[in-house]
Amino acid sequence: MSADPRPDRPDIAPLGVDGLLVRFSTRLDDVANRAVLDFAADLDADPPPGVVEIASALSSVYLRFDPEAVTRADLVRTLHERASARDWSAQAEGAGRHWHIPTAFGGDHGPQLAETAALLDMSEEQVVADLVAHPVRVLAIGFAPGQPYLGMLPERWDIPRLKDITPSVPASALVVAVRQLIVFSADTPTGWRHVGQTAFKPFRAESDAPFPLRPGDVLHFDPVSHDEFDRIRTGDSDGSGGARLEVQE
Amino acid sequence: MSGQLGIHSAGPMVTVQDMGRSGTLGLGLSRGGAADRLALIEAAALLGLSAPVAAIEMAGMGGVFSTDTPTRIALTGAPMRATLDGATLDWHGAHLLPAGARLDIGPVTRGAYGYLSFAGGIETHPVLGSRATHVNAGLGHRLSAGQTLPLGPDPAPDSPPKALPVEDRFSGGEIRIIEGPQTRLYSGAIRSRFTETGFRRSTHGNRQGVRLDFDGDPFTAEGQLGIVSDVIIPGDIQMTGDGIPFVLGPECQTIGGYPRVGAVIPADLPRVLQAAPQAPLGFRFITRDEADAVFTGEATLLKRLRAAARPRIRDPRDIADLLGYQLISGATAGDELKGD
Repeated sequence: MSADPRPDRPDIAPLGVDGLLVRFSTRLDDVANRAVLDFAADLDADPPPGVVEIASALSSVYLRFDPEAVTRADLVRTLHERASARDWSAQAEGAGRHWHIPTAFGGDHGPQLAETAALLDMSEEQVVADLVAHPVRVLAIGFAPGQPYLGMLPERWDIPRLKDITPSVPASALVVAVRQLIVFSADTPTGWRHVGQTAFKPFRAESDAPFPLRPGDVLHFDPVSHDEFDRIRTGDSDGSGGARLEVQE
Repeated sequence: MSGQLGIHSAGPMVTVQDMGRSGTLGLGLSRGGAADRLALIEAAALLGLSAPVAAIEMAGMGGVFSTDTPTRIALTGAPMRATLDGATLDWHGAHLLPAGARLDIGPVTRGAYGYLSFAGGIETHPVLGSRATHVNAGLGHRLSAGQTLPLGPDPAPDSPPKALPVEDRFSGGEIRIIEGPQTRLYSGAIRSRFTETGFRRSTHGNRQGVRLDFDGDPFTAEGQLGIVSDVIIPGDIQMTGDGIPFVLGPECQTIGGYPRVGAVIPADLPRVLQAAPQAPLGFRFITRDEADAVFTGEATLLKRLRAAARPRIRDPRDIADLLGYQLISGATAGDELKGD
């Protein structure tokens, strides 16, 4: 593999006959991810001719095109021009959509909080305080419908996935590994550690807005007591789980 | 006239499928749609339609169906045993389904996925731009006995039923693949061994993907564990952590961190997904230029197949009500037979 690409000079490689992968990094990196999301948004706003699908992942943007409408060579040229037009990593900090999601930590609602705390050499209270102190961005949505990959947590959170997979962690669970958090869209077997529980559904198949989250959104997990959480969950009718969306200019 | 499709029995994995969803990949929902996209294009060609319509996909086993209005149907994809009120129906063809007639579709005789299409299409309410059931995402449901589905009107109920010559894509075979962004994570030796290996389609296969069985060592990549998750697409050949290859299908996940040795070209993907358990599969790298040269867009393919569809010539022995047809015009009084 070539040297790591620069934010203004991403590496562009075919993925399938009718696809291209624009890679801003070969690692997971916060700066590259900001570039990915900014570049994907720019393409979404003004798609190059022949492009039929644009999807961003953690450090790359995938484009599917119609080879009968545009050649791969022409599209690669267009993408290089678009990529070199500005510095994609200089995204403004703080602006955008902020979600505040009530979360119950530990106990039955986060059965692996204790072992996570032990790994981090902190108390459970300190772990929760540290998570609350670090709002996370939606780095990518994927694997399951609407499911956010959230980060980046500070380096001390670079804890590995479990070798022995937990057979089923419930939908809307908050799980952690490798400096990232996920809120699950569905019950899932996983190697990520289950530290908290929300009642927020990242995918609402029956709703007019089935995908509440967008890449780049910021999530704040607000701790609530288990009693309070159970009240929120019981009273929830639309999948929002008591979450509040605040849009900052 | 639009109508209702009645389902009187259904195999374990009978679903409504169309060409799937565009624009939801970045939201974690893969395209989905028919496992064998060509089968829906063939159906549109047989029925003289300008675009594929939502149809019934039957994995391994069909079901018993009837409609309350006459409509033309097309039977495409993996051949299955089919009868209409007891009379055998040709596969890869269109037929007239009279109101109330019993259409009985049995097991596949080759391949994996058969398709039953109606000239007016299945007109269930689209969700996120498609009627396709996405089992993995929980969109739509497997069909079962007692259900009814709305059908659109047949735009040309009197046009003569057609047939299409179809190349066998239901028995495995040699699959053309191209390199992807991670192909070179595999050493030349491993890549060579991959293309020299005789694989078999595993019994583990579904709309998410098909596992490949083989004899020999697993296929491992260099730096396999440090790969950042990227978008994955149907046709990608992904190796699990154990070095076992899977060819991804229409309901694959959208992001994956396992390395991919290459991607099956669209023209050959139906051959992989249609391979029955234990069918032989082998892989051959072709260059990007070669892949581009054989690429045909789905709209172009439909135009070509529409031109190739021919009115079906029926064998008189297969016509149950032969005596009901006036076979000779200008009948005589029959006096010339009296000499017998």
